[in-house]
Amino acid sequence: MSDGTMDRVARATPTKVARKIRGLSDRAIAWIFVAPTIFLLLAINIFPLIWTIQLSFTNYRANRVGREVKNIGLRNYERILTDSDIWLNMQATAHFLFWTIFFQVLIGFTLAYLINKNFRGSPFWTTVIVLPMMLSPAVVGNFWKFLYQPQIGLFNYIVSFFTGKDPSSFEMLGQVNLAPWSIVIVDTWMWTPFVMLICLAGLRSIPDYIYEAAEIDRASKLRQFFTITIPMVLPFLMLAVLFRGIENFKMFDLVVQLTGGGPGSTTELTSINLKREAFEKWRTGYASAYAIILFVTVFGLASIYVKALNNVKER
Amino acid sequence: MKTKTTAMIAALTASVSLPSLAAAEDLTLCWAAWDPANALVELSKEFEAESGHTMNFEFVPWPNFADRMLNELNSGGKLCDLLIGDSQWIGGGAENGHYVKLNDFFDAEGISMDDFAPATVYAYSTWPKGTPNYYALPAMGDANGWFYRKDWFERDDIKAAYKEATGEDLREPQSQKELLQIAQFFQEREIDGKTVYGAAIFTERGSEGITMGVTSALYPWGFKYENTPGSYDMEGAVNSPEAVEALEFYKEFYQTATPPGYTNSYMGESLDAFKSGQVAMAMNWFAFFPGLYADPATGGDKIDFFVNPPQNQAASTLGGQGISVVAYSDKQDAALEYIKWFSNPDVQAKWWELGGYSAHNAVLNDPGFVASQPFAGDFLEAMDAVQDFWQEPAYAELLLAMQKRIHDYVVADQGTAQEALDKLIEDWTETFEDEGKL
Repeated sequence: MSDGTMDRVARATPTKVARKIRGLSDRAIAWIFVAPTIFLLLAINIFPLIWTIQLSFTNYRANRVGREVKNIGLRNYERILTDSDIWLNMQATAHFLFWTIFFQVLIGFTLAYLINKNFRGSPFWTTVIVLPMMLSPAVVGNFWKFLYQPQIGLFNYIVSFFTGKDPSSFEMLGQVNLAPWSIVIVDTWMWTPFVMLICLAGLRSIPDYIYEAAEIDRASKLRQFFTITIPMVLPFLMLAVLFRGIENFKMFDLVVQLTGGGPGSTTELTSINLKREAFEKWRTGYASAYAIILFVTVFGLASIYVKALNNVKER
Repeated sequence: MKTKTTAMIAALTASVSLPSLAAAEDLTLCWAAWDPANALVELSKEFEAESGHTMNFEFVPWPNFADRMLNELNSGGKLCDLLIGDSQWIGGGAENGHYVKLNDFFDAEGISMDDFAPATVYAYSTWPKGTPNYYALPAMGDANGWFYRKDWFERDDIKAAYKEATGEDLREPQSQKELLQIAQFFQEREIDGKTVYGAAIFTERGSEGITMGVTSALYPWGFKYENTPGSYDMEGAVNSPEAVEALEFYKEFYQTATPPGYTNSYMGESLDAFKSGQVAMAMNWFAFFPGLYADPATGGDKIDFFVNPPQNQAASTLGGQGISVVAYSDKQDAALEYIKWFSNPDVQAKWWELGGYSAHNAVLNDPGFVASQPFAGDFLEAMDAVQDFWQEPAYAELLLAMQKRIHDYVVADQGTAQEALDKLIEDWTETFEDEGKL
């Protein structure tokens, strides 16, 4: 008598259940297995999405339960798309997104390249480098607030040391021209290790024999870098950009801690503005339309990007 | 026999009166986390002993207080049985059915609103404004006031330097412009080998900070929300020449007389700046004054207080709150019992003693009140001329619009004062149109 896993499972199944299952087709069994997941997906993703779309055409306010809800057509969309303040929020988000990704890729790849050289103490430095991303964004926001403090902040003193400028003569979080960069710096500090780790995985996946073959062909180090390293790491790098792009598009906690969207509305990213509309002003219908616009934007951009990523991988 | 009769009478009395008392309950009172809240915990011990109810407290830090509590109310939450909510919430609390209307209860228990300071009843209890429809009992009178380093103001060298610089005597400011002049005098001045700054004012962006700060300048200049109360006609009132001048004044104050990095500061930052000896003057709510006076480093002889200085008129920004029974509470009887107890003049007197600001006339009109604390007289003066922000159900939307427009102009230095106020009217008009009031 055989005693494999399948046999043990078959024996353990109660006779009544076994009889019922025996009468079901493979397709039906497959549906039974995926049904809970589909149900969950419908309940927590699809239904809210459909409801949000429906609400976006109304003047509904979640804090006015008894108020008549009117269908106002595309009025919310029209208001949002013609609101110059919202376009400024979009610009602030684009600035944040572009520069954080740019610096994180640049520094992250450089660090990964150096760490990959396996010098003495590289495991220790890897651990030190990844520390920032292990911290809570609220904690990071708070202590960078102190670092940026014009009178006692270390950041200002370091800048002062190198430039000779009076430390209290500039305010990273309070000046319109500096505040957008202050949040870029903190996000880069925190999330560059993430990009580094992905790049490191990419670098370590390149087989040594490719470099050995290139050496035999007398390819220079620079040539090896551009024709082997970069193309082979590129899919990993693009994946890191996708992750960081999606993550930073919905950036909220870190920036709220640091600047609260200020000074004025200089660092008010779309997610902060959306939260204010939805849960402080309680303009639920308007905020739903806003969320749909952002969703379509991210979904559209991500789809194009994923297509490009697949093309790179297929090369 | 006499003892037996007394016992029987007592038992009879108890059996008659007990049904009107709620069974012993666990009550939760929600408020902001600040000094007066600690005083209320102390005060409420008496209520626990008298009533047999247990009091629990949910105190939320100010920056998150409105967010947290309004979400709680909007979701019909049962966390709070009693809520000491901000004055601006009264419209929403009443119209959205969050607060229990207290008129019948007041009538039944003989609680008269005439026993409380009229300004506090108007601001904390009534909706629609000024009508005899009560949704809260005035719990904590408050206004935005000022405090300063009395020890610095009294130093001969500083007084002489001020006289030389301005030609005037250094004293408690009698006008907004004098306030700025004094603050500018202290800005970046060396005192005891340390660089100090003029004044700490409110510039916070996220909740209500900069609005509460700037209205302390707007109101004395004569700013009005509407040309005719209740008409929502804001053109010419919100952006009047006086309002523009006041807003420009506040920006000048921010730019020339506050410590560096003071771009997002509210109550906590103001207290820190003063207690660390960084500023000569600071604005803050009267609620903090007992704690400031008791501070061993900068309190006592080193501190004094003054009411928000007038300019075209005397005016202060209203703070403070009323206490309401939450409509979603299952323990409304016990909660009402607390309000009845709290309205008692003896309890109100003790409330003031512990550091709370009673709004009860028996306390405020007591001959010894003004001398009871160094800031008591200023408090009375301030409460005589308080003005509050919109108390409409859409107050949060109105407030956020003002936060944005004022912060954009004052801190981010974008546009002109006229443009900021014009845009504010546009925002508020849109809100009132959505509300069906325009």
